[in-house]
Amino acid sequence: MSKSDIETMTGAQIVVRLLERQGVTTIAGIPGGAILPIYDALSQSGRIRHVLARHEQGAGFIAQGMSRATGIPAVCMASSGPGATNLLTAIADAKLDSIPIVAITAQVPRAMIGTDAFQEVDTYGLTVPITKHNFLVGSARELLDVIPRAFRIAASGRPGPVLIDIPKDVQTETAHIFDWPAPGAGEPAAEPSHASITAAAAMIDEAERPMLYLGGGVVHSGASSLAVELAENAGLPTVMTLMALGAMPTDHELSLGMLGMHGARCTNMALEECDLLIAIGARFDDRATGKVSAFCARARIIHVDIDPSELGKIKTAHIGIRGDVRRVLELLLPQVRWQRRDLWLSRVRDLKAMHPLRMPGRDDIRTHYGLIRAVADCIDDEASIVTDVGQHQMWAAQAYPLRRPRQWLSSGGLGTMGFGLPAAIGAALAEPDRTVVCFSGDGSLLMNVQELATAAQEGANVKIVLLDNAALGLVHQQQTLFYGARSFASRYAHHPDFCALARGFGIGAVDLDREDDPHEALRRALTTPGPVLIHASIDQEQQVLPMVAPGAANCEMIGG
Amino acid sequence: MQTAADETISGPHTVLELDVHNHCGVMSHVVGLFARRAYNVEGILVMPAGDGARSRIWLRVHEEARLDQMIKQIAKLEDVFEVRRHGAAHEVFERIEEFFR
Repeated sequence: MSKSDIETMTGAQIVVRLLERQGVTTIAGIPGGAILPIYDALSQSGRIRHVLARHEQGAGFIAQGMSRATGIPAVCMASSGPGATNLLTAIADAKLDSIPIVAITAQVPRAMIGTDAFQEVDTYGLTVPITKHNFLVGSARELLDVIPRAFRIAASGRPGPVLIDIPKDVQTETAHIFDWPAPGAGEPAAEPSHASITAAAAMIDEAERPMLYLGGGVVHSGASSLAVELAENAGLPTVMTLMALGAMPTDHELSLGMLGMHGARCTNMALEECDLLIAIGARFDDRATGKVSAFCARARIIHVDIDPSELGKIKTAHIGIRGDVRRVLELLLPQVRWQRRDLWLSRVRDLKAMHPLRMPGRDDIRTHYGLIRAVADCIDDEASIVTDVGQHQMWAAQAYPLRRPRQWLSSGGLGTMGFGLPAAIGAALAEPDRTVVCFSGDGSLLMNVQELATAAQEGANVKIVLLDNAALGLVHQQQTLFYGARSFASRYAHHPDFCALARGFGIGAVDLDREDDPHEALRRALTTPGPVLIHASIDQEQQVLPMVAPGAANCEMIGG
Repeated sequence: MQTAADETISGPHTVLELDVHNHCGVMSHVVGLFARRAYNVEGILVMPAGDGARSRIWLRVHEEARLDQMIKQIAKLEDVFEVRRHGAAHEVFERIEEFFR
């Protein structure tokens, strides 16, 4: 090797070069004292666009939006101390929903670690329980190993967030680079047990009332079409978790939509009757199962998951298969007998006819269901649907006709209010040709409202549909149902002018309350490129129904 | 000394042996798994093994229904190469008990 092949670079330059080699084109973040060397190096990059967020949590959720929309690990950056602590919620949210992101934070110089230095916090310690893995980088050379590894870990097996904490003096330290490492990529999972798959096929063939239960893993592994094929071939009524919505079109004849706490009555009733539950990339979350001992109590269980710790964690499976969902389905499909299952499918059809999801007002745009359906009528399946967290999220999950995997971006496991707007910006940045609708609530929107500035700055094609009930709706609902109707701290005494707020940030706004032709105003807002806020007042007393009380069995549904 | 009576009160123990990457964060990763599930670790021993790139961690924990899940969680840790499960009779903690009298 000639001397000219050896490059001498600072740690900061190494970080940027490795990110470029990784194929990263967009990074969301906020600079601060300790991360300035990396920002200085980033300013020289011709390949990476930096998106300046207005709060680090916003940057974290922008990265999540990019990752959820594409499945490719996305990057966010923050400085030390409060920059890093502000990222934590977005990282924890990514952990619970298995979203691959790489968070890069700066740390005080190595010699000052542990001295309570300015903007010092134990980022490594804080992120141990909320990351898939984390690193405190000890030298500039180590970056050559750590950064590709971080991407490999984030994308391999069950995806998840990885944090890299880089002390300021590691960023300024120089190192000689002889060879650049290969970019980190997800590694294929171990081959699943063929014997277990054969046994599973036999169990499916023998079952009289089988149900398919799809989770987020189906979306992560790109196995949606295989799952639909399995359902169609074997005659399997199918339920989806919040994370799996879109894996099977919700208007597919075998789809029973979302299961669990806010699933339709027919959905939870069919599950109650099943004699075989085929769980694919799902983790038996309590919002899905209700009281676990009563969930599919008479059913045998086949459980497929890439993460072996999920098998047997909540429910003991009769057949547990560790493996990539897509690979398992590829092997399973040819072994499962084609069946019409007339008896069972006609029973499920009857349940659907007798106990459908009731959507009062679905044809009236001035109601919550009506507004959601009106939005769907204006756009096609190419649009991405992002939500915040609360009643609007559950209504959208129930009523929006989702038909495409990765069409639906929602905070499931952590249930983070404030997720919607920045995640929608991230989705719009990652896929600029799509219209991105963000259903939000007046409570959620205010939790990361500062990102309206980021949306305006980027001209992101984000359509915020604000269902405004002047309340923390789900809290108010639970107080109404379970706390003697003592509504406390859940209705806002002061109410902002959201349209004026949006305009203040430089974003167009439409108030459907004031429009004589709200359909036309909605259509115009949704089809005009660029960010817009669409405001609609919603009746405060409307509830998400049916509802299973927390801790109750799914058969004990209230309302609907 | 642990007596038979103690065993009845506290339940039987299991000894876990972990081969891990030797660096400063590995203990917080391993112990954190137990701490955040309110699962007490009754004994911990750790020393570098071989050339020092790896360490071995010995844990003494109560045998509970959740133990299988704990072992799966440990095995998932990036810095853990292998987990082995031994019976309570494993001598590693017995031999060191004289330092705890």
